[in-house]
Amino acid sequence: MGYDSAKLGSRDLRHTGHTRWVRICHWIMAVSTLTLAVSGFVILMAHPRLYWGAVGNDLTPALFELPIGRNYRHGGWDPSMPFFADAHSAVSAVRTYDILNQNSWARSLHFLAAWFLVVTAIVYIISGILTGHARRELVPRARELRPRLFWRDLVGHLRLPMQPTTGGPPYGLLQKCAYFGVVFVALPLAIFTGLTMSPAIAAAYPVLRTVFGETQSARTIHFFAFAVLVVFIVVHVLMVFMTGFRRQFRAMTFGNRYE
Amino acid sequence: MNEKPLIKSRRTFITGLASAGGLLLAGCSRTLPPTYGNVLRMGDVLTYQAHRLLLPARSLAKEYTHSEISSILAIGTTDPADPHQPAFNATNGATYDRLRSGGFSDWRLSIEGRVARPGSYSLADLKRFPARTQITKHTCEEGWSAIAEWTGVPLRTVLEAAGMLPSARFVNFYPFDDAPDGIDMLDALHPQTILAYGMNGHELPVAHGAPVRVRVETQLGYKSLKYLQRIVVADEFDDLGKLGNLQNGWSWYAGI
Repeated sequence: MGYDSAKLGSRDLRHTGHTRWVRICHWIMAVSTLTLAVSGFVILMAHPRLYWGAVGNDLTPALFELPIGRNYRHGGWDPSMPFFADAHSAVSAVRTYDILNQNSWARSLHFLAAWFLVVTAIVYIISGILTGHARRELVPRARELRPRLFWRDLVGHLRLPMQPTTGGPPYGLLQKCAYFGVVFVALPLAIFTGLTMSPAIAAAYPVLRTVFGETQSARTIHFFAFAVLVVFIVVHVLMVFMTGFRRQFRAMTFGNRYE
Repeated sequence: MNEKPLIKSRRTFITGLASAGGLLLAGCSRTLPPTYGNVLRMGDVLTYQAHRLLLPARSLAKEYTHSEISSILAIGTTDPADPHQPAFNATNGATYDRLRSGGFSDWRLSIEGRVARPGSYSLADLKRFPARTQITKHTCEEGWSAIAEWTGVPLRTVLEAAGMLPSARFVNFYPFDDAPDGIDMLDALHPQTILAYGMNGHELPVAHGAPVRVRVETQLGYKSLKYLQRIVVADEFDDLGKLGNLQNGWSWYAGI
């Protein structure tokens, strides 16, 4: 969308920029998501191994391990002791290595930020549905979901320099898909897999385990939801810079006031 | 058909809110973990209160089958008599060493505080109570989890035997290492909260808390204290000073 204020009629003006509730929700969610990403990374550093199923620890095989921090494959264990007589017995081993663990503040900060994110996301999603913002601006139309249109939008994004855009809707096809995916898929998935990892909540609502998997499956999905959100944030911020940072930032912070 | 409004004016409403807030504050100083003005601790208290308000009480943690028992780590204190371990206490460590060499036959668990019949229980005393065996998942704050079978006596049974007073709100555990901690009465009376003396069909190994540890299945692993020595029932919240989790920067409630 080219930005040309002369061509925008009064009716269009109402639809440029961001409404106040979108702006407030955007910044609360932005700050809390960044806080969650940083504290979540610190929590992951304490045990940078991911698993599938109910069980996962240094004595069981991992899906994959992340070389972040000094706990990666630290190998500080006393010889393991079997519990049972059979050859494949569960074992116990004493850790002899002083791991890096900053979870005291990282976990509490993670959950504090999660409170802000969850409350704001609920407000945002409900407002988005009730005001029609989600339906009008975020949900891609069925007729838009064509490979040719995706291709055209993708090529358009790769052509430099990018066209400066209006701060706010209407959004392009890839933009809609990204926002829709983050708001209605990645964020709820991160929130629900996070809740599934809580022993108290999983005990109270076993359905979470049925839908989002056991503790370690939920943790692994939680990690990938985080990864998707980080990629989104990087691309999102990059696009904001490439399409006129000052105007975009102003539109999301103060709304559009220069018409 | 003309209903009388219960709250007549905005002023009444505001006064009511203010006094309700006052009651809440008065309650806070005694029945909730302190925040010390720390924003992280405020978040922890919010999570704790939200869990207590929103989650149905007495939900059971999932129990697994024998074939699902997995390998498990022993971390934190793994020998209270080892002076090189971070939470080592010289006096208690020496006592522990002596009790262990006698096969814990002289070990006694003291139940004190707000109970009608304070006293102490030997391992044999605890084993005389009806036992509960549960195969549950141990979830560590670090991120790992493991499944093991635990056998012991429900904490509730012992608290009732000791004549817990109706005003009691918290149960604090003092182990042989310098890492005491506590839980609220809701978790203390939970049917799966047990004083475990058996693990995977054997006596509880030293690395996992011999002779007796508590299992709190609705919270993270660090609330399931090992090497129990003393249990103190209290009416009011106690942060357990410099040795408690709170003053060391950890959340007191670990249901999440």
